Amino acid sequence: MTPAEAIEAARRAGNETFILNLGPQHPATHGVLRIKLTMDGEYILRAEPVAGYIHRMHEKMGENRTWAQYLPNTSRIDYLSAMTYTHAYVAAVERAAGIEVPRRAEFIRVITSELNRISSHLVWFGAFLLDLGGFTPLLYAFDDREKILDMLEAITGSRLTYCYYRFGGVYNDVDDAFLGAARDFVPYMRERLKMYETLVTENLILRKRLEGIGPISKKMCHKYGATGPVMRGSGIAYDVRRMEPYSVYPELEFDIPHYPEGDCMARYRVRMEEMAQSLRIIEQAVAMIPAGPFQTPGVPKSLKPPAGDYCFAVEAARGRLMVRIVSDGKEMPYRVRWRTPSFCNITLFEEASRGMMLADALALLGSLDLVIPDIDR
Amino acid sequence: MDINKPNASQGVVSPSLLAEHPLAHLVIPFEKVDYARRGVHFEARVEPAQVVLAAALMEQEGFALDAVTGVDWPQDNQMEIVYDFFHPMMGWRTAVRTRVRRDLPEVPSIEHIYPGANWHEREAWEFFGIHFSGHPQLTPLLLPDDADYHPLRKDFAVA
Repeated sequence: MTPAEAIEAARRAGNETFILNLGPQHPATHGVLRIKLTMDGEYILRAEPVAGYIHRMHEKMGENRTWAQYLPNTSRIDYLSAMTYTHAYVAAVERAAGIEVPRRAEFIRVITSELNRISSHLVWFGAFLLDLGGFTPLLYAFDDREKILDMLEAITGSRLTYCYYRFGGVYNDVDDAFLGAARDFVPYMRERLKMYETLVTENLILRKRLEGIGPISKKMCHKYGATGPVMRGSGIAYDVRRMEPYSVYPELEFDIPHYPEGDCMARYRVRMEEMAQSLRIIEQAVAMIPAGPFQTPGVPKSLKPPAGDYCFAVEAARGRLMVRIVSDGKEMPYRVRWRTPSFCNITLFEEASRGMMLADALALLGSLDLVIPDIDR
Repeated sequence: MDINKPNASQGVVSPSLLAEHPLAHLVIPFEKVDYARRGVHFEARVEPAQVVLAAALMEQEGFALDAVTGVDWPQDNQMEIVYDFFHPMMGWRTAVRTRVRRDLPEVPSIEHIYPGANWHEREAWEFFGIHFSGHPQLTPLLLPDDADYHPLRKDFAVA
């Protein structure tokens, strides 16, 4: 049933419909997302996401500064998973200019990116449960996240919008204190995940709110290009770290959690298990990290990659992140294109929420884990 | 730093690719691209009228839409539209490229094949003024409702 047909059917049945605005300042939405809902009582006939409230035109900004000057922009697109965004951009430029990355730097990138993935999932965990009416887990999640932020702050100087990766390596080396903290964090967080399992995952109210709610089929993921935990929650074990391997991920052992149910609970479980897998990666990477340089010497300040276009994809916390850069051989990018996971994941909301009750649609929205600047860029 | 040397630490082409060109049977010719250098496995250049056929072939082969990217080439008096696809099962990356006249940028929409293209095309329309014929809703997505400018055109001045 198309939205127009759904509204027409409701009208024929003598039901009155009304428009409900969700956001952009509604506390139940994330960031400044606005959704125009056509409602039949408690039921959604049509949901139309309205984007652009925090649009900053990062793509145009890429065209009027040098390749290196654009680095701070990359961490401000999905502010919760800044490391992976910087990773995609520096790796694309490294691919274009043929810059080697020392092994130590690759391990540092993997450790920091996976720590960032956990901190991002912890924000989702807290905020999602907040959406569902549970306030307490947020406080636990932010307590754990704080440990990660402290670790990353010590080496990068930032707590959120990290600008740590450079063409050919990272900004500065990690010290033993950082590696020790990362090593200690693994068993600590494993215990916490066990507690979350008993405290939250097995909670009957949570399960009733998530199981069977907001089903997203494989086909729907395929049609809309939804990736990340959304796609893996629909039974497709697609992860860029495995399917288009990059950095030193091929040397590390980890599983791709995926569930066939496609409901909110499946997406919840995928993210919870992904945190455990990230811990596995960190544990191995901290043990394997070699000594050596953390940066390739001699990368020119004024970089002029050969003319052409180059792509690089990474697995960000929300899914597939692809950056396509076009160079005309000058010191500024000719074009920078961001394919962001939230932008693609939100497009299925209109179809997936049709006929749902409003409160369930909010669970669905939370299970998509959207970051609004990631949509609006 | 040697720009001709592929970066060994990045991009591993899956072994199945090396055996045989898996898209060779398609009516649109896809050529092999050096993934380690470019980040794409296969690429095709098509006429604007062929993009719907190309998208249908990609869909039939199990690809998902990655992005629709506009690029402005004023010196050629052309605009380029690049359709990126990824294969969730095989890990392949393809790109389909087409060019249109810059003073009359029009290309058929692929929204009926990939509903996810809806927003990508809306974005390319508002940023470049590329008209996607058959698109159900070419209205501003990220720009204000009354935006009558196309900011990613190269002649759009940044204050």
